[in-house]
Amino acid sequence: MELNKFIENFAALFDDTDLSKFSSTTKFRELEEWSSILALSLIAMSDEEYNVKLKGDDIRNSQTIEDVYNIIKSKM
Amino acid sequence: MAFLSIENVIIKGVSACVPSCIQENIKLPVFLSQEDAHKFISSTGIENRRVSDEKTTTSDLCFHAAEKLIADLNWQKEDIDCLIFVTQTPDYILPATSCILQNRLGLSEECFSLDISLGCSGWVYGMSIISNLLSTGAFKKGLLLVGDTLSKINSKDDKSSYPLFADAGTATALEHQKNMTKIKKIYFHLATDGSGFETIIIPDGANRNRVSPESFINKEYGEGIVRNNLNIALNGMDVFSFGISKAPQSVNKMIEHFNLDKEAINYFIFHQANLFMNEKIRKKLKLPEEKVPYSLKEFGNTSSATIPLTMVTQLQRKLQNEKLKLIGCGFGVGLSWGSIYFSTDKIICSNLIEI
Repeated sequence: MELNKFIENFAALFDDTDLSKFSSTTKFRELEEWSSILALSLIAMSDEEYNVKLKGDDIRNSQTIEDVYNIIKSKM
Repeated sequence: MAFLSIENVIIKGVSACVPSCIQENIKLPVFLSQEDAHKFISSTGIENRRVSDEKTTTSDLCFHAAEKLIADLNWQKEDIDCLIFVTQTPDYILPATSCILQNRLGLSEECFSLDISLGCSGWVYGMSIISNLLSTGAFKKGLLLVGDTLSKINSKDDKSSYPLFADAGTATALEHQKNMTKIKKIYFHLATDGSGFETIIIPDGANRNRVSPESFINKEYGEGIVRNNLNIALNGMDVFSFGISKAPQSVNKMIEHFNLDKEAINYFIFHQANLFMNEKIRKKLKLPEEKVPYSLKEFGNTSSATIPLTMVTQLQRKLQNEKLKLIGCGFGVGLSWGSIYFSTDKIICSNLIEI
């Protein structure tokens, strides 16, 4: 599992947020487009791409995109 | 491994009853704005929901569904040997509501009656129990009554839960039939993960946490999410994560275990959770849209009633006029989930009842 590819997958969930806004340190929950549906899309992406079941708390306890990446990696 | 194969039982008919009162999600005050409501509707697919009045319970809806189905089938009530009622909104904590329904429907005293407490997986589990009871021929005719009135126990001020759930009661009639061909067997895969028991829960009011003055205190859990401990608390993200992995897995396990021809299945009827989750499940199983009917738009998520309600509202003509091979899959509160394969041969499918 590679961080850059994960950030790419993460950014692909968004429709209206500029690609330049996404990096490992992005505080994703502070992005204007972030919503409960995007949280579900993130869970689905984790399931489809990495076969990892993300929990609600995994997302709630993460600050940055890299935090989510690390959680998924630890569950693989 | 919880696989079941049932012989000598056929489904004779299905019916459903919903409250006549329609609530439009777009008009709900729980949403912060019209835009908020539109977003909810487009992702969940739920525009309208049926909501019961103060006086009407799940057993009332199921009673009417059962009466209509018994009449349409031309069944004699004294021939009904077993009645199973699946709900999480019973009339009372005790006695079992199935006993009340046995009497109210005018069924014989020589009738096996049982309540089962399950939600979204309830119709599939109920089918597994009743078909087992009928399989040996000791019981000849059985009624499976399934439904919930979640509007009663949901907080109107919780936008994460209230606009999803609605009320419905259903009846499914099954009969023992000797020397059935192999093709008509009913297959099941059934599963449980109680580690997720808090994912969908009403914390207070039963015996672990008895009702107390604190139970009634409304608390805010986020913007637009206010409820007390006698309301449903739904962890949407965890349910979603569970549903998109377990539902497709269960359907696939059953198909593989019983060597079913996936292409030959006419319809896959899933528990109607919400469109966003259900579409993920459909795509994961690579099923064409036309094989996966939805009743979400008009009826929302009616817990255990969704599968038979979808049969009645979306597949009535097909069920009445054609031979069908069907797969159903329920998943949710418990956590509990299961899949069923069954075939129908021009069954009775009553018109939707509205009371």
